[in-house]
Amino acid sequence: MSGPAVRVDRLRVVRGGTVVLPELSCDVAPGSVTGLLGPSGSGKSTLIRAIVGVQRVAGGSVEVLGRPAGAKELRARVGYMTQAPSVYGDLTVRENLRFFARVLGAAPDSVDRAIGEVDLQQEAGRVVARLSGGQCARVSLAAALLGRPEVIVLDEPTVGLDPVLRRDLWELFHELAQRGATLLVSSHVMDEADRCDSLLLIREGRLLAQATPDELRARTGTQQLDEAFLRLIEGGA
Amino acid sequence: MNGRVTLAVTLRVLAQLRRDPRTLVLIVGVPCLLETLLKELFLGGPVFQHAGPPLLGLFPFVTMFLVTSITMLRERKSGTLERLMAMPLGKLDLLAGYGLAFALVAVVQATIVSVLAFGTLDLHVAGPRPLVVALAVANAVLGTALGLFVSAFAQTEFQAVQFLPATVFPQILLCGLFVGRDQMATWLRWISDALPLTYAYDALAHTASDTLGTRFVVDVVVICACIVLALALGAVTLRRRTG
Repeated sequence: MSGPAVRVDRLRVVRGGTVVLPELSCDVAPGSVTGLLGPSGSGKSTLIRAIVGVQRVAGGSVEVLGRPAGAKELRARVGYMTQAPSVYGDLTVRENLRFFARVLGAAPDSVDRAIGEVDLQQEAGRVVARLSGGQCARVSLAAALLGRPEVIVLDEPTVGLDPVLRRDLWELFHELAQRGATLLVSSHVMDEADRCDSLLLIREGRLLAQATPDELRARTGTQQLDEAFLRLIEGGA
Repeated sequence: MNGRVTLAVTLRVLAQLRRDPRTLVLIVGVPCLLETLLKELFLGGPVFQHAGPPLLGLFPFVTMFLVTSITMLRERKSGTLERLMAMPLGKLDLLAGYGLAFALVAVVQATIVSVLAFGTLDLHVAGPRPLVVALAVANAVLGTALGLFVSAFAQTEFQAVQFLPATVFPQILLCGLFVGRDQMATWLRWISDALPLTYAYDALAHTASDTLGTRFVVDVVVICACIVLALALGAVTLRRRTG
């Protein structure tokens, strides 16, 4: 595919009278893992919601795979994991995923594959409400992977997970990207930045930088990415 | 509309109810208890025979209204609705899925309560008994449709629960069960004319007295129209993009 998988052009979002994104533009390269980093409240979730087409926007445009975000034909091609685990607490892991697979029209075997990808085989028959927070988040992640979407948008998928699991998930993200999927993964912890092919740093609804981790180091003259983030903020202020 | 998605929603809602046996017991048990109390209170006399059949048909309306509005509110709050709205799911698929699920629950509810009322409590209807059950199911779907619509205006479970007395009790008071519509003050009858439950009650009363004429047909048509209207209004409140 030529061109970016996601193209955001002068996106403006106002929520409840507050301007969350004044005028944001950025691209997400296809077949890559792009990190969307910024402090909590910086507009990450709003940008993500605009990309999957559930955010009311006040201006600008968002294109996904060359189509307007939220277009009907995109909905089976874009996987979305919301920030709070949006799964049914009173159903088992498998029942949840089977439901979402049916809605997507995904093959029945995609349920077991997704369960395997997030390493929940042991918990597949358990009711979600009785799982730990991290396990819940993984059920929600599995739902976003059903049906092998081409673009996978994940809102803070690794929050509260144990380090080993976090590493495994990042490996999974790269594996999915190698198979051709485009991933946009948000996080508010800078130590995840190094795991991304490319970074979008945002703060107060504005894009501070779009760069690879190495470019960012070179530009700011520091090895530490959280330090680089600070220098960007102070340099740009 | 997509049959596969509708069915998926129906199966999911039923699976959720199956996980909640206490709610299921309440859905079936409460109307049985109330019919029994009504019978004992009036010693099975004319009041029970007058109010019994309509109540049998109206229980599913009340139950499904409440269950649906809470379920839908939870769906909005938990983010699952947002996830579904990002998926290839039509709003009508979701609404129809809910309607179908609760209609099936209503079949079970109305059948069990009917067996009790007609079999054990000696409730009599002159018209066909299965018609009472059929009307009960139609009322359940109407309750579901209105519950879906009303849930859009509730931000909390407390509010959703309060919508029941706010929107359902006036309809029960004005439907003709307590005071015949011909004895109501004119302005009350006008309001009564505009409320869907009036037609639901009327259809049940006609079934009980086996006077299934033109008026009965009008009642059924109005009930069906109200279901469609409530579902359409519900679809309008389901926003794919939110603020």
